[in-house]
This record gives sequence, structure tokens and C-alpha cells, in this order.
Amino acid sequence: MPLEVYFNVVIGGVLTGLVYGLMALGLSVIFGVVRVVNFAHGEMMTIAMFIAVLAFSALHLDPLIMLIPIAAVMFVFGYALQVALINPFIRRPEHTQFLLLVALAIIIANTLLIIFGPDARSVQTAYALDSFQLGPIIIDAAKVYAGAAAILFTVALFAFFRLTLVGKAIRACADNYTGALVVGLDVQRLYALTFGLGAACVGAAGAMLVLVVDVTPMLGPSYTLLAFVIVITGGLGSMPGALVGGVLIGVTEALAGLLFTPSAKSMFAFAILVLVLLFRPQGLLGRRLS
Amino acid sequence: MIARLTTGVVRRSTVLLALLLGALVAAPWFVNDYLLTVLILILYFAYAGQAWNIMMGFAGQLSLGHAIYVGLGGYVAATLFVRFGVAPWLGLLAAIPIAAAAGAFIGFLAFRFGVAGVYFAILTIAFAEFARIGFDHWDLVNASSGLFLPVREYAHNDLWRLRGDPTMFYYVILAATVVAFALCRLLLRSRVGYFWLAIREDEQAARAAGIDTFRYKMYAVMISAAVTAFAGVFYAFFYNNLFPEQVFGISRSIGIILGPIIGGVGTLFGPILGAFVLTGLAETLNSVMTAFGLDLPGATQVFYGICLLLVVVALPDGVWPPLARRLGVAEDGK
Repeated sequence: MPLEVYFNVVIGGVLTGLVYGLMALGLSVIFGVVRVVNFAHGEMMTIAMFIAVLAFSALHLDPLIMLIPIAAVMFVFGYALQVALINPFIRRPEHTQFLLLVALAIIIANTLLIIFGPDARSVQTAYALDSFQLGPIIIDAAKVYAGAAAILFTVALFAFFRLTLVGKAIRACADNYTGALVVGLDVQRLYALTFGLGAACVGAAGAMLVLVVDVTPMLGPSYTLLAFVIVITGGLGSMPGALVGGVLIGVTEALAGLLFTPSAKSMFAFAILVLVLLFRPQGLLGRRLS
Repeated sequence: MIARLTTGVVRRSTVLLALLLGALVAAPWFVNDYLLTVLILILYFAYAGQAWNIMMGFAGQLSLGHAIYVGLGGYVAATLFVRFGVAPWLGLLAAIPIAAAAGAFIGFLAFRFGVAGVYFAILTIAFAEFARIGFDHWDLVNASSGLFLPVREYAHNDLWRLRGDPTMFYYVILAATVVAFALCRLLLRSRVGYFWLAIREDEQAARAAGIDTFRYKMYAVMISAAVTAFAGVFYAFFYNNLFPEQVFGISRSIGIILGPIIGGVGTLFGPILGAFVLTGLAETLNSVMTAFGLDLPGATQVFYGICLLLVVVALPDGVWPPLARRLGVAEDGK
């Protein structure tokens, strides 16, 4: 195969990987702070994807314009979820939290199934078939926009956590729960904010992902798994780690799809996950586990 | 051994268990074919849940990828049967060591490298997914087009080759569930069982008390995997088909563990009760939907999810512990 084919595939993988990274970032933020593994992560993304599809088909609103509104809607959804259901479960054993979120995932996926039916839906934007050409390398325009938006969103989130007082308070909760209580932080509200932010990440990622994949109500579990793989590869709780993990998995999947068969691509992602868990359990960019 | 099985059992629970068992043994004479199939499904989940409970309920190791042992068990026995005509009970002799070896492999990697908690749970998912995709591309087992067992009309039930009518399968899975229940009780009352509970409650303290936690966690995974393998063999021979997508899928793993979690993790009767509650609930919802002429795909599942949510919010320890107290059969606070 000519070399530029590989370049094309790798660059496509990097751009898709950035969107994956943003999705996984949501999971990472939630786990890093609230210490709950969001088993309904993929389902939350499908909600966002359906909103994007609906906005496009009914109002002709481009998913990239809808990015912020969708993230805002998902923020409210995540915030409400944490306040209503998850806060009482913070101190419960892992398998109970797991059951709660699996139940939630079942409800979300099947509600979407009732509303939208089982068929795959997609968004056909005017630039869907456009591409940029750099010498011999051809890149899909949609993927470039999606990747760029993912970077912008991540930078904004990063700035929020580093520069604002609320962001610092959230990080304080993550570092020391008891300490945060002692200094008088409203931990439950900060948890709700965090879950909202995580949901906003996955919502934004979903809005961009409809540009490159079709959405069905049952898409959730495979993306939940993908988010796990990425987050653990990059390092749970590490924000740059999620992006790096996303890119790594995006490129791996793209190359595996090219060199082997597309249906086997996630096998390589899981192989990477197993290797990382065994040899660097804190993840590529994660802090050492205590 | 018999003494260990029965000592400390409240008389009332012996009576209740005997009544339940009697009802289950007599059930095929009273129920129609549909209900019999539902009962088989319930007992299947009770059995598989019991097997999972050994690992999570007793030793505290959360496996979210138990479908891998079901799948391995099913595929080993079915492949031997289809390709070489080996009877399933002999196939089971191959399936059990293979599933246990897979469990040992996963356990060894995880425990040796200190992968624990949520990370361990996700590692188990990863291996199950790995197996799913691997079997999806493996021609010996017909890859993604699925492995089918020959189905013919049978003049009589062939227990040795597990070919026959649902009633035979019902008694097979009922016997298996009873054996698994007794085995779990024996395990809980044994030295290993007490070590497991110690590890579950506080692993560091257990190690400090001189328990070789690595070894006993390995036992838990291997025994759990070996017991689960039979569930796979049963599944393969009852349904006569195996698709990697279905047997190894994450939804299968979740299906196995919902029962014991709803019933009560770590209790002996929880997995059985949970299977009755969940499968009963799903089937009831289905019938109600059909009765009302509602043919809305997903509606049943939404109600199912809401019920799960309500149970987990209202009864954090599962349905069995409070019920056991009410029935007056709670022992040791369980």
C-alpha cells in the first residue's frame, strides 16, 4: 500500500481520537472527582447524538453550532442526575453503584428506542463529503472540524479547572473529601457540578461524533467500553491523559481497520487496555496509584 | 460433610427450602410449556448467579465479564459435540479446566500486578470482549455465523447426550442449581470460605492475619469460573446455537450478575431469589404489554430498568436479607 494511505488513515484516526478523548474526558472527570464509574456514559452520548440529529433534521441546525446548546442540555441532565440519584450512592459499594447506572443505561437506551425506533440515523451536512488536501494527503473536513472543536472544548474545561475558584474547589474535593468538608465546601453541589461537566463533555463529543458515525439507540455500551479503555490507558483522572488515550485508541482502531478487518479493530484497543493495566496501571499520564 | 452442610440451619429454613424444592420438583406436572421455559431460564440465571456470587459475594472480587466463562464452557462442549461427537458430560470435563484456566490467567495477571477494585472489574470486561471478538473471527467455531447443534426429533430423552424435551433440561438445571447451592454452603462453611470473607471485608487485615490472599483470590476466580462453565454447556445444549455476539457480550455478563445483586450479594439464597424476581418481572411485564396490546419495542425494558432502579434505591442490600429477617430464617445476620 502506498505510504500516503497510512498517513491518511493515521490522521483520520488522530482526529476521531480527539473526539473519543473528549468523550472519555467526561468519564475521567466524573470518576476522578465523584469516584463513581459512569456505566451509562455511552447512553448519555447517544442522547446528545439524537438531539443533534433532531436539531439538524427539524431545524437544519449544524451539529457544530449545536455543540454548546447540547453540552448545556447535557450539563443540566448530569447535574440533575447527580442530585437526584447518585449523591445518595456515593458511599455505597461499587456493585450497587454499578447496578444503579446499569439500570439508568437500560432506561435511557430503551426510551430512545421507543422515541426514535431501531434504525440508524445520520446527519448529512453540506461539508460531509468535503476534504482538505495537503499534497498527497486527503483529510475529511468533518473530522477536522470535529477534532478542532474537541481541542477547544478540552482547553476550556482545563482552564475552568485550573483558573476558576469553583474549578479549584472541585479539585480539592477530588484530592481530599474529608478536607473539603472540613473547610466548608458544599461537596454535594460540587459533585453535581462535576457530573454535569462530565455529561457536557460527552454531550459535546456526541454532537461532533454524529458528523462521522451513524447513531442507533443501542450504540451506548460499545462507547461506554471505549471510554473505559481510553481513560484507563491515558490515566484515570488525568485530563491530558484522556486526550492522549483517545488519540492512541483512535489511531490504533484506524490502523487495525486498515491492516486487518474493521470488525476486529476494538480487539486491539482491548489489548492495549490489558497491557496498560498490567504494566502501568496508573495509565500513561496518570499519577502513581497509592 | 453432610453435618457441615446442615449444622446451624434454622429448622424453619430447612422446612421452607424443602417446600420450595418440592414445589420445583413437582412443577413440570402443573405448568404449561411456556412457564416451564421461564422456569428453566430462572434456574439458569440462579445457577450462573450463584457461580458469580462465589467470586464477588464471598471473596469480594467484582467480575463484570463472567460471560467469558459461560462462553468458553458452551463453545468447548458444543465444538467437541458438533465436530467429534463427544457427549456434553465428557465435554464438560474439558470445559471446566479450560474455563478455570482462563479464570486463573485473568486472576493471576490482575492479582499479581495489583489490579484491584474498579480496575479489576474493567479488566474482566476487557477479557470477555477480547474473547467475543476472537471467537467472532475464529473459523473452527464458525466465527460470527454461529455454531449450531443438530436438532432432530427425539423419540426419547437422551440424558447422556443432552438431547430431549424441555422437561429433561428442567431437571438437569434444577439438579445443577441444588448442587451449586450446596457447594456454596459447604464453601462458606469451610476454611477457604472464612478466608474469602476476611479478604472481602478487609484485604490488608486478612494479609496481616497471615492469609495468603493471592492464593485464595485465585481459588475464588477458578472455582467460580469452573462452576460457571456448566452454565455455558447447558446454554449451548438447551438453545442449540451459539453466537459470539450473544454469549460473550457485555449484556450477558450484566444479565448474570443482576440476579445476585438484586437478591443480595454474598447471601446463599440471594442469587436464586434474584433470578426469580428478575426473570419473573421481565416475563410478567412482557405478558402485561401483550395483554394490553402494546407492541412498543423497548417499553418493557424501560419498566424493567425503572424496577431495577427502585429496588436498588429502596433495598441497598438486596431483597433477600430483609425478607430473610421477616421469614425468621436469618442466620448470622444474613
